[in-house]
Parts: sequence; C-alpha cells; structure tokens
Amino acid sequence: MRIKEHPILVFEQKNKLSFRFDGKEIYGFEGDTIASALHAMGYKKLSESIHLKRPRGFYCAIGNCASCNMIVDGVPNVRTCITPLRNGMIVETQENLGEVHVE
Amino acid sequence: MCCAKTAAEAGQTCLIIERNSRLGGQLVKQTHMFFGSEKQYAKTRGIDISNLLINDLNGLEEKVEVMTDATVVGLYPDKVLTVLQGEKYVKIRAKAIVVATGASEKVLAFENNDLPGIYGAGAVQTLMNVYGVLPGQDVVMVGSGNIGLIVSYQLIQAGVRVKAVLEAAPTIGGYKVHASKIKRLGVDIKTSHTILKAIGKDHVEKIVTVRLDEAWRPIFGSEEEMTVDAVCISVGLTPMGNLLSMINVETKYISELGGLVPIIDQNNETSIANVFVCGDISGIEEASSAIVEGYLTGLVVADRLGNRHPLYHELMKDYHSQLENLRSGPFGEKIRIGLMKMMGGKDKC
Repeated sequence: MRIKEHPILVFEQKNKLSFRFDGKEIYGFEGDTIASALHAMGYKKLSESIHLKRPRGFYCAIGNCASCNMIVDGVPNVRTCITPLRNGMIVETQENLGEVHVE
Repeated sequence: MCCAKTAAEAGQTCLIIERNSRLGGQLVKQTHMFFGSEKQYAKTRGIDISNLLINDLNGLEEKVEVMTDATVVGLYPDKVLTVLQGEKYVKIRAKAIVVATGASEKVLAFENNDLPGIYGAGAVQTLMNVYGVLPGQDVVMVGSGNIGLIVSYQLIQAGVRVKAVLEAAPTIGGYKVHASKIKRLGVDIKTSHTILKAIGKDHVEKIVTVRLDEAWRPIFGSEEEMTVDAVCISVGLTPMGNLLSMINVETKYISELGGLVPIIDQNNETSIANVFVCGDISGIEEASSAIVEGYLTGLVVADRLGNRHPLYHELMKDYHSQLENLRSGPFGEKIRIGLMKMMGGKDKC
C-alpha cells in the first residue's frame, strides 16, 4: 500500500517498472528500492533464516542488517532495501547463505 | 557534510564517501521540525536541513569531492581505505580520516521477534517518508523515546492507525510535547508495558502485551492480545563503529552513549592520530549535535593538516559552547554522564 495523501510530503506518480518476484510478474515505480516495491505489493517475506527456515523481512531499511538479502538477477545477498528497482529485474526469495557459481 | 564544509573553508581538500545515492544520511526521512537553537536549524524539517547542508557545499567544489553509492569496506592503520562503488573497487590513501557512520537500531528480545512486519522505527520512517509506502494499517510502537513518539506521529500523518505505544519504563522516555501531540490524537501510551511475543505465520498478525512491575518483571495474568500488521521497535540506537574496529581504535562500553564507543578527546580524535569521528558513532545524540560536531571536527582536521581557518579560535569556542548548550538540561544528562565516563576511561589507559 502506498501513501496517497500526506500533510507534508508530496509523492508524485512516477513511471511503472515491472519485475519478476519468484516467478510472478509484478511492478513498482521509479524511485523504489526492490524491498519497498515488494512491500507496497504486500510481500513482506524476503528471505528465510539459514537453519530454521523462518521467514524474514527487512528490519533496518538502510542497508545495515542483512535481513532483506535476496537473489537478484542470479546474484545472492543483494541488500534489497537499498538496491534501486530496475525494469525487468528477476528477484527471488533467498533460502540459504547464497551460492556463487563461478564459471 | 558539515565537517567537509568547515575543513574546505579552511582550505583543506576533502573527499566525502557516501554509501547512499544522495548525501544527508538519515535527515532525508525526518519530516519533523528540529529543536534546539537557530544555529542548528531549529524549526526546520530534517528533510529541508539535508538540502540546506548540501547547498552549503556549493561553491566549495574545488575542495570537496563527493563519491556516492560508495561503501567503505576496509580501513587500514596506514590510513588506506578500500571502497566499493558498484563493480568498482578502489584504494584511497588519506592524511586524515573522519568516520561519521552514525548508528544502527537496536533490536528487542521477545518470542518471534524475527517475523516480517517487525521493523525498526527508523526503517518505517524510511519506508514511509522516502518511498511513500505504508508499513501496515495497524501498528504498535514499542518504545516511547523521541524517535518512538515522533515516528508514531508520522505514522498517523501517513494514514496508519497507531494502536498503542508501549513503554517498559514507568514514565514516557521522550519530550512531553511529542507525547502530548499523539495523546491528543487518541494514541494510548502504555507505560510499564512491553511486548511479550509476536504471533503470525509468514508475517506478524497479532502481538501479546504484558504489564511490568517495578523491577521490570512481567506480571502474570496481565497479558493482552492486540491485532496489528506491523510492529515498530524503537528501543534506542547503538553506535556503528565497525570501521574503527578494523584499525583497533580504543573503545569503551558506555551504556549512556548507546554501547561501544571510541574513546575520543574533546576535538573528536580517536586513540589513533589523525583518525577522527563525529556524530552518533561516538555516542547517540540528536542530529543537531552531530551537525556541530561536524563543523568542529572539520576545523580541527584542517588545522592538523596545515590549513588553519582564519576564525579558528572564535569558531572553536562557538562550537564548543553550542555543544555544551545542546547537552545541558535534564535530557542531556545521559550524554554528560557518558562523556564523563569516557574521560575517566582515558585516564586509566
């Protein structure tokens, strides 16, 4: 959900950006981070804890805590709360420490 | 920014390395007006102060270089920094370093405190005021310090219901003026109450609150359920000194300052010569103090490197007295005790 009216701030309607999240085609807007776009669409779970597989969302939203790490375009451990959303991104829930495949 | 400003005015070249895409740190989400005196932009909103400070650097482009979207990932004792900027990894050698990394939000221990929908109060502020996204519809705030109170008000401004503010202590932590503002809007500030657990499958759906006795022990039988879709944790901040620990700067645990802080002298220099700090990294305070500390440190650093500001003594005196002023009064007591403990620690070393 997005703020429609605010006594102090003005949120202009910006260009729509579409991206994929776990196979679903969804969208956000220019100026969004990956996490803010997901949150606005109602997706709060971004990753799973490594051992107990508990659901995790973001906590700090400024790139400190690593709770929002996801796989973005195949790259694991991307801090989605500070990574700007781009058209056509492929975003996946991260369920492990992150694997890097070196060719 | 403040540090670079006075240093550059004294003739010192500097480089600002910022991990965000814009300068201003956490001011960019602070829609409330500041307190203090006019010198620290009282009655101006944080978001506007951020722009004022950026404008202050206009005209100093020859002296101040700015790198954004750049994270300092390493700091070495010979004052070499390694910086990651996108895919680029660079090494920078400096004559002096000022670390102004601020603080991070503390977490609170309770059952299921890792459920999505449980956020730091600052995170919610970022989500709402920077990205225009609502954290939920029904929110509970845990902690009634100034951040908890101010963010509660900002949640209401954004159209969110604040179901309650929980405060474990018997009295409200923040300024009365902030508390009254949200009380007038019908928010229940429950003192001697805390969150016992969160309930939910993939995200928080409910919480259980509990009343505390004088010794902060939960009172059995006083548990109550509250339906919320977001929980804001506002239980203080802790200095972010990760970079300083890479070069073994001497530190001390001072709870009044928010945790582990570098031991500094009155010119904000750490135990390593020419490594300085300013802002919340050396103790949690208001942004107003961080601004003044920046100006002060800028003068000192420039002077150390051979560029004395023409008004050095005058300005130093002014900044010291501004800081003293900001730290006076009952709300500055914690800072004063904390700083005294720090000085005490230095004598022993």
